[in-house]
Amino acid sequence: MTYARRTWIVLWKDLLSERRSKETLNALFFFALLLLFLFQFALGADRERLTAALPGLLWLGFILSGLVGLGRAFLAERENDCWEGLLLVPGDKSAIYLGKVAGNLILMLLVEAILLVLFAVFFDIDLGAHPIRLIVVIGLGTLGFAAVGTLFAAMTAHVRAREVLFPVLLLPVQVPVLLGAVKATEAVLLGEPLGAVGHWLGLLAAADTIYLTVGVLTFDAILEA
Amino acid sequence: MAANPPIQVIGLRKAFGAHVVLDDVSLEVRPGEAVALVGPNGAGKTTVLRILATLLRPSRGTARVAGYDCAQETERVRAHVGLLAHGTWVYEDLTPLENLKFWATLGGLPRGLDALHGALAAVDLDRVADERVRTFSLGMKRRLALARVVLARPPVLLLDEPHAGLDQRAGKWLDGHLGGFKAAGGAILMTTHSFGRGLGVADRIAILTAGRLAFDAPLHGLTPDDVRRLYELHAENGG
Amino acid sequence: MTSRERALGWLAGLGLTAGLVMAFGVAPREATQGNVQRIMYLHVPAILVAYLAFGVVLVASVIYLWGRAAGADRLAHASAEVGVVFTGINIATGAIWGKPTWGTWWTWDARLTSVSIMFVIYLGYLLLRAMIEDRERAARFAAVLGIVAALDIPLVHFSVYWWRTLHQPPTLLRPGSPPMDPTFVLALMVNLVAFVLLYGYFTAKRVRLLRQEEEVFA
Repeated sequence: MTYARRTWIVLWKDLLSERRSKETLNALFFFALLLLFLFQFALGADRERLTAALPGLLWLGFILSGLVGLGRAFLAERENDCWEGLLLVPGDKSAIYLGKVAGNLILMLLVEAILLVLFAVFFDIDLGAHPIRLIVVIGLGTLGFAAVGTLFAAMTAHVRAREVLFPVLLLPVQVPVLLGAVKATEAVLLGEPLGAVGHWLGLLAAADTIYLTVGVLTFDAILEA
Repeated sequence: MAANPPIQVIGLRKAFGAHVVLDDVSLEVRPGEAVALVGPNGAGKTTVLRILATLLRPSRGTARVAGYDCAQETERVRAHVGLLAHGTWVYEDLTPLENLKFWATLGGLPRGLDALHGALAAVDLDRVADERVRTFSLGMKRRLALARVVLARPPVLLLDEPHAGLDQRAGKWLDGHLGGFKAAGGAILMTTHSFGRGLGVADRIAILTAGRLAFDAPLHGLTPDDVRRLYELHAENGG
Repeated sequence: MTSRERALGWLAGLGLTAGLVMAFGVAPREATQGNVQRIMYLHVPAILVAYLAFGVVLVASVIYLWGRAAGADRLAHASAEVGVVFTGINIATGAIWGKPTWGTWWTWDARLTSVSIMFVIYLGYLLLRAMIEDRERAARFAAVLGIVAALDIPLVHFSVYWWRTLHQPPTLLRPGSPPMDPTFVLALMVNLVAFVLLYGYFTAKRVRLLRQEEEVFA
């Protein structure tokens, strides 16, 4: 079971580092606050428009903070040439990929939870009507984002103009996930059962599976010397 | 000569596009021997190390570690090589113990607390095993990198300017360690700029200029001044 | 220019001529839209060939990751470039078609939207290649991106289609519903074959250019 152990140790390392430094989490928290202000200014005091646009706004917030967070995914590896150490790890390196995806997923979910709370408080919106359904939708969407985001973050980590290239590559590819997540969130917030958006959830699940599979199969090629 | 010398490089050539970094380099390191690769900046010293560490593929020629080809049998080579490069592979927010645990688990090395503490003790970092690395000096971080190698116990060590940034005490300490490694039968190839400290442990010196090996002979009997003169003779004129 | 290329070039030229003749001479004038509808003979084959091109990118990328054959990498690169060009042609002809027909250059209908997303995705592919200096690393990363992109395209199509049509009334006058008249279909087929030949010609030429570039800079 060394594969599981290696996945776990990568996750452990990332979570431990983040808990100690809190760099990314702090930055993302303030970013989330900023987004909130931006949305307020952009949509004004028109509550109807806000409620109608809410699913889109939520996911816009998730994606933007996700971009910032994922962009830093391999930042620690660039310090002290740790990247080199990862290159020379024996055996299947896809364990590193899964560990990184798990870490990024947890980080993104945390920030999304914060954003949800901020939205509920500042825009006086009831999001807690069907928490389980919301969690399922947000989980599926975020997983898709983290799966491809981690892969692309690894690819662009050492490319010049990485800060521009990373979102340029990631966002168009993520359109299905974004559409599916927004539509499903919209339905959940309207009180509809998950079955009503079964096709969207199916799309999200398919996308997640495809992305993770490709990631696991190709990460070795990215982390090659 | 042993059938499989720990380090063997034959006719090595490496070009990046039109830029030729190494041209027909041949070199061997025997067990229990330390070879210092000396040369000016850009001579290709680090490139030789990186090819042996399987981080780069040669354009032509062969590089072998313990008989395994560095380009074709990378996994086997990696299991036999310890690399101490410019980067220390250290995560600043973790403690030495946690750093070692991470690399040990990923590398399939002994992970038990005893083994980890033992390695830290060998590099004299045991007392600070639970402090965050961010507070460490460069010398301490280098020692942590060495602890990683101690844990792995490879038969071959590749060191890229190991004395750079170390003070006198740390440098002496490193030499002591490398001496012990040699005595246990390990082979060392290290690159260096300096003639005094850098050569302390070396048994042979090889001068690399502009991608070619200009000089390769035992250090026995040569003073640091002799070495400097040889270096100036070859390095400045060569290429 | 190799003899194979020359042959392809001539065939493509012939095919295009035949296609144009079919499109403007033989095919009848469409009832509702008039002559503007004839742009379909460029518009539809362009996107179909783009799909072909990106499919080739997928296969070549997988082959490259499998055996690291430089030829597979060159094929993927060339095919992606040609695919992007044809996608651009499709979008441009779509806009030209749309202006007199819908009254607007652009609309966010399902097909236009998903094709534009595909366009941007593969532009990103070319951008990635351009930004990595190390040729071998560029080949590897582009191969991974080529696989992700190709597998993503069906997802993009479904998601955009569902997004636009499930809660929306169908848009008026959707140009693109192919009339069943056999002459229309024949003209379309001829142009499709011509475009495939054109794709082959451009891709072969580009692959050879890439190989020559490598030889010069290696």
